[in-house]
Amino acid sequence: MNTQGAKKRKMRQALVAYSFIAPNFIGFAVFTLGPIILAFIMAFAEWDGNNPMKFVGLKNFADLFANDRFTAALKNTIVYSIFTVPFTLIVALGLAILLNQKIRARTFFRTVAFFPYVASLVAVAAVWNMLFTPAKGGLMNQLLMNVFQTAPLKWAAAPNTVMLTIVLFSIWKNMGYYMVIYLAGLQGISEDLYEAASLDGAGALQKFWYVTLPQLKPTTFFVTIMLTISCFKIYDIVYMLAGGSNGVVNKSAIVLVYYIYEEAFRNWKLGSASAAALVLFAIVLAVTLIQFRGEKNYAND
Amino acid sequence: MRTKTTNRVISRIIIYALLLFLAFIMLIPFVWMISASLKLNKDIFVIPYQWISAEPRWQNYIDIWTKIPLAKYALNTAKLTIIVTLLQILTSSFAAYAFAKLQFRGRNLLFLAYIATIAVPWQVYMVPQFMFMRKLGLADTHLAIIILQAFSAFGVFLMRQFYEGIPDSLCEAARIDGMSEYGIYAKIMLPLSKPALSTLTIFTFVNTWNDFLGPLIYLTTDSKKTLQIGIKMFISQYSAEYGLIMAASVLSLIPVLIVFMALQKYFVAGITTGAVKG
Repeated sequence: MNTQGAKKRKMRQALVAYSFIAPNFIGFAVFTLGPIILAFIMAFAEWDGNNPMKFVGLKNFADLFANDRFTAALKNTIVYSIFTVPFTLIVALGLAILLNQKIRARTFFRTVAFFPYVASLVAVAAVWNMLFTPAKGGLMNQLLMNVFQTAPLKWAAAPNTVMLTIVLFSIWKNMGYYMVIYLAGLQGISEDLYEAASLDGAGALQKFWYVTLPQLKPTTFFVTIMLTISCFKIYDIVYMLAGGSNGVVNKSAIVLVYYIYEEAFRNWKLGSASAAALVLFAIVLAVTLIQFRGEKNYAND
Repeated sequence: MRTKTTNRVISRIIIYALLLFLAFIMLIPFVWMISASLKLNKDIFVIPYQWISAEPRWQNYIDIWTKIPLAKYALNTAKLTIIVTLLQILTSSFAAYAFAKLQFRGRNLLFLAYIATIAVPWQVYMVPQFMFMRKLGLADTHLAIIILQAFSAFGVFLMRQFYEGIPDSLCEAARIDGMSEYGIYAKIMLPLSKPALSTLTIFTFVNTWNDFLGPLIYLTTDSKKTLQIGIKMFISQYSAEYGLIMAASVLSLIPVLIVFMALQKYFVAGITTGAVKG
């Protein structure tokens, strides 16, 4: 009798718990988990959304790597990441170190550095397109011609400078976010370490090299991972800066997510789009696994 | 002694000079945006650039409302943002309470399902998700955008992390007093979790307000479009209407600026929670 009562109570407790979880979990399972599973099925099928699905094995993947628009997208995404990650990291760290000093108006500077991150992309990209206009009257070209005495650039309008423009924009837009992470990292370094270094006669530069940088290693690791993942997800920046008036991005600037979007919603080749999506997933997963391994190392330290 | 103080002064000067330079770079596009929004198209690319126009053209801010249905777009965006943010806060904090404070079978497994999907970018499953929504007849509806944003794993995760930090003894005491779990959630946990709720609010608000790809895929009818899509469409159609484009851009930034200024410290807190979690 007693055990039955206990069982009943446990049952009721579980029901209460499920009632807490249900509203979110049902939405999450139906609209997130379901589609994720579907993505894995679709990648191995041919489907236009109307006619029945036809399974084709690995054909979608073979076609992908034979498609020069896809390989261009993959290459551009990697190039974009290779340039964006280190520069954003360095600028974010520099900013964080400056803002970690005892300075006036710290909140003001932090707000200013952070605002581009929350500002809506359409608005700031519109300004960038005007500042970096290929015409000579644009602010950036004026700067190049009058201050640096060099020829004006075509920026996003030329195949050889379009990626440069996108990288510059993305550093400017996102560095505030990573700066905040670095600031938290810096504040976690114990003052004692700096004092000990001072007693040993270390200068500012030596303190930075032997105390700050090693202490920030976990933060840097985390920022690198986050940045890399977000770089591989890039889409809207490219669409805004390099998409023509009809929104088509050409081969010099196409990126993975844009390719997925185009295959799915312009060409209605849903299988091929899902195969490309799985390639994206594989890359992100690989980066995440590196993160897990790294975290274990830092936990042991 | 003297060289030490001069060194200090010099390093101060360098720090402030660098900071002012960086602040200048961060701010210049916004200053240019406001400046250009008050100009005629023909005056925008004049050399040398006039930062403050002799006759500011406030008319741009009036014309933009009639040139595109800006009010309609703003209303759509505001509606979506408010509903998504409310749903997100309610369902996430509700589910997180069970994950953090209740014992039940399958707890770890269910939570693992959430964690695993944090690592899967939305872009990976956006295509099947759209096909599924279309099957349900939800393509080109606001409901689709709401569903898309309202049940994020991130929200549940963030709230759970925060609840874990609240001592269990508080809940135990309330249970002994005969309070139901719903009562504990509403009367004890929710009031205590204001910082986490603020963080989640600001993240969801900014993400939904600024979302581009979701509405781009789902919303095809003009009158249903959001501010971001509406402005982008205007830019594509009237790419030479520089003054009006800038006026629309300035207007679209104002709500985000207000929310950001009001809840700034929670934003910072939220980013660092994410960082600690790793």
